[in-house]
Amino acid sequence: METLISIKPLLAVLVSAIAAVLVMLSYRRPNLREGWSLGAGVIKFLIVVSMTPVILSGGIIQYTVFKILPGVELAFKVDGIGLLFATTSSFLWIITTVYSMGYMRTLEEHAQTRYYTCFAIALSSAMGVAFAGNLFTLFFFYEILSLCTLPLVIHNEGAKDWDAGRKYLLYLVGASSSILLGAIILTYTLTGTLDFNKAGMFSGLTATTFSGMEIATLLTVMYFMFLYGFAKAGLMPMHNWLPSAMVAPTPVSALLHAVAVVKVGAFCIVRLVTDVFGVPLMQNLHLGDYTAIIASITILASSAYALTQDNLKMRLAYSTVSQLSYIVLGVALLTGNGIIGGIIHIVNHAVTKITLFFCAGSIYVASHKTNISQMSGIARKMPWTIAAFTIASLSIIGVPLFAGFITKWHIAIGTIETKSWVLLGVLLTSSLLNVAYFAPVVYKAVFGTPPEDGHEGISEAPLKVLVPLLITAAGTVVLGIFPDHFLNLIKVGLLR
Amino acid sequence: MHESNLLSLLIFLPVLGAAVIGFAPRNDDWTRRIALAFSLLVFVVSLPLWFNFDTASHEMQFVTRVPWIPAFNVNYAVGVDGISVLLVLLTTLITPMCVLCSWKAIDTRVKEYMIAILIMEAALIGVFVSLDLVLFYVFWEAELIPMLLIIGVWGGQRRVYAALKFFLYTMAGSLPMLVAILALYFTGGETFDIQELSKGSYSSTFQFWVFWAFFLGFAIKVPMFPFHTWLPDAHVEAPTAGSVMLASVMLKLGTYGFLRFSLPITPDASHDFAPVILSLSLIAIIWGSYMALVQTDLKKLVAYSSVGHMGFVTLGIFVFNSEGIEGAILQMVNHGITTGALFLMVGMLYERTHSRLISDCGGLRMTVPIYVTLLAIFSFASFGLPGTNSFVGEFLVLVGSFKSSLLAGAIAIGGVVLTVAYMLWMLQRVVWGESTRKDDVVVTDLNGREIATLVPLLVLVFWIGFNPQPFLDRVRASVEHLVTDVSAIRGAKNIEGLNDAVLPPMRELKPQHAAAANPVAVNRTSADACRALPCQIANWDRKQTL
Repeated sequence: METLISIKPLLAVLVSAIAAVLVMLSYRRPNLREGWSLGAGVIKFLIVVSMTPVILSGGIIQYTVFKILPGVELAFKVDGIGLLFATTSSFLWIITTVYSMGYMRTLEEHAQTRYYTCFAIALSSAMGVAFAGNLFTLFFFYEILSLCTLPLVIHNEGAKDWDAGRKYLLYLVGASSSILLGAIILTYTLTGTLDFNKAGMFSGLTATTFSGMEIATLLTVMYFMFLYGFAKAGLMPMHNWLPSAMVAPTPVSALLHAVAVVKVGAFCIVRLVTDVFGVPLMQNLHLGDYTAIIASITILASSAYALTQDNLKMRLAYSTVSQLSYIVLGVALLTGNGIIGGIIHIVNHAVTKITLFFCAGSIYVASHKTNISQMSGIARKMPWTIAAFTIASLSIIGVPLFAGFITKWHIAIGTIETKSWVLLGVLLTSSLLNVAYFAPVVYKAVFGTPPEDGHEGISEAPLKVLVPLLITAAGTVVLGIFPDHFLNLIKVGLLR
Repeated sequence: MHESNLLSLLIFLPVLGAAVIGFAPRNDDWTRRIALAFSLLVFVVSLPLWFNFDTASHEMQFVTRVPWIPAFNVNYAVGVDGISVLLVLLTTLITPMCVLCSWKAIDTRVKEYMIAILIMEAALIGVFVSLDLVLFYVFWEAELIPMLLIIGVWGGQRRVYAALKFFLYTMAGSLPMLVAILALYFTGGETFDIQELSKGSYSSTFQFWVFWAFFLGFAIKVPMFPFHTWLPDAHVEAPTAGSVMLASVMLKLGTYGFLRFSLPITPDASHDFAPVILSLSLIAIIWGSYMALVQTDLKKLVAYSSVGHMGFVTLGIFVFNSEGIEGAILQMVNHGITTGALFLMVGMLYERTHSRLISDCGGLRMTVPIYVTLLAIFSFASFGLPGTNSFVGEFLVLVGSFKSSLLAGAIAIGGVVLTVAYMLWMLQRVVWGESTRKDDVVVTDLNGREIATLVPLLVLVFWIGFNPQPFLDRVRASVEHLVTDVSAIRGAKNIEGLNDAVLPPMRELKPQHAAAANPVAVNRTSADACRALPCQIANWDRKQTL
């Protein structure tokens, strides 16, 4: 196995941080400002992609920036799983920037400089989490991500937005600076290091008790502190911030609350299972079982919630909560196929859900309609948008040839391998629920009777809005048919 | 022992500066310049303490020893070790900032004001470097007077009340200390030498009395709960420079005293009463943070945050392990940096709005980008965002606490959350909140002088945040020595009490004998569990049906 020392991961993180400064400085010239974002997006994506050959050949890329304390470093370590997440989010950033230009300008939104600045910092943080080589680096970028996305959530600055913002901080920062920080410090106290370890960070422990507590009990408690500390993953009951955060402009909901922020949470849980506790310890302490139960409850309950929402973005938000738990459920199965299914869902769900949000935003830009009940027959005026929405819905439902199928296939095999018939049942029930909350939207848009004005004056959104959503819709199909690239990345990531 | 006159120079240079200002004709501009020049000169002169400090030694360095009152064996003895060296440097760094931030804010009796600041610097340095109890006590009392004047003369509306309260509290603390010093003199072999006294061993009754006598003086200075009530008054009424000096340096006298006297001289009593002090520290963390949360006055908010932060320092000291104490010392410096910076920033805002109410300072938005950015950074540093100085300090203190007691660590973490809450809420109100400011009050962005005041602190926030090793290197040898001195040589006991209350006492992480009882160990021998995942993935290609 080849370990390469390279500054590339740091560069990938810094590119958008530098862009953030440039964006701020060019606040008077919108075209230049968005130019920086777009340029940084492309450069970032190229840097990330340039690391692929080394990773696919089984190597890892490392870079240590600062040594802070013994065993606590600001250090990057790129493996297949991190690269998968980084590739996804850096690619989707480019698309979202184009979409944002269309969306924000058409709606003549205020504080656009703040918007693009925070967006760029958020991407830096997401990249930092993806490439983190230890718990400190992960925590560092995790915290920055929580703080820099707050201005995006409260973008409209109304009373409702502030309530959402407060909830956002309460859940995310509250959980991370209490139980997550506590778990990290306990890990350091027990092991003297924060570096990830595929064999499990606690595999070197020889003590049976610590401070009068059985080590097994302590580790179990710590696991749950980690699990709920990563509130960005939206496991129930720590999910409530996400629906509230839907007050943000749609591109924010699209990239951050379907890709960067929530996936950072899910990604952290993947790391927790594979690199902090390690599969063997998870099995011995039966932590996988507990996690799978929590994830199943979240999947079913939030799907049920989604059914009751008339606001399209809220329905998508609850759908996101439920889909995030697929990732957790897959990983919690602790079998090869389960873990692969969980991790590949980071990509599949990202591409799919961003399409759905883009469509919701496109409808809003074109018609200022937010509720499903107002959208009867709108497909006649916005055929492309509704087509893309349909494709993405099929992917979430898990129809073959669409991205979501790859996930469900692997997780289903995982449940069969572990003979967890109940979990298989959860998976199938949830697919039915997916149909139940997406089919009516499509049905209404296509076959519903238009209102009396016949959606007069409504036409497709501007091209800058429409083209990105068509690209991501195409992406769900491509990923459904050719999933090999990302599957290989996961394999090398896990085998290492 | 490394001999040098450097420390004496540090004590007498500011006094010389004060004398120059005193004898020079009354000219406000020149007074300010002379004060700044002398304070900067002191800082430059103090730099060899950083560069020439021997990090491998726990012995006193830069020592000067001259007989003073031979009849009572009193010496003028000064020196620094790892515990005090950073605090001296902090003092010399903060003083020029105090001069700078008073440039416009103080326009009456500038001459007397600058003299007070410089004398205070000399006395504070004196406290940190004294190796003789009498000398220590002289400086300990001397530092009070300029502070009293700064609050009482240049303070806000209730300045006399605040100054008197400050003075009475501190005097109440220092009188028992004087008695303890005398008792030590007669019991410890008629010497005032701190190092000699630290080597002696005393009966437990004697330790009990000396410990509590010192404790009162130090606890009021820190201030520990429930002796903290003078602090918000003093901070609110003091001019900015007074608050900065008070928060950044003067509060550290108390925690420094614990490390220099309580732990080495009365180790058994320190151990016996550690549960009490740990409990008080935890209460201070929670209560101070909680009080900060409900303040509507910016300065009071920062003042209560000091109570919480200093709680972390006393927590770290009384867990008696090297992580805790190293963290505590680093946290003393960190608190000096971040709280000092916050007081400076609050003062700068006050100069513009003439109100300390958060609502009057609210809704700044991006009209003052530099101010808002810096305020955000220092607030983040104050609650310990990773990458800033306080994170490293709090991290070490918390590791130390967890090693000593799971419960203590867990409660302290609760304090961290509260700290995050009040800092972010304050920031939200100042940046975005509703403003009750009158329309004719215009808030302008920071000028060059103000930025220059803050930049050194900004550098330190990230320097310690990302590379704390140079700082910890200077501290480590002395801390290791202190820890072994306190726990091993005196055969002191482990911390009990707090642990006993809820959890059984901590046991050392022993090598384990019964492998079966350990889930992790079982794993390493259980072959199929270990190989399960890689096997499945390796066979994955064959099995794939997709």
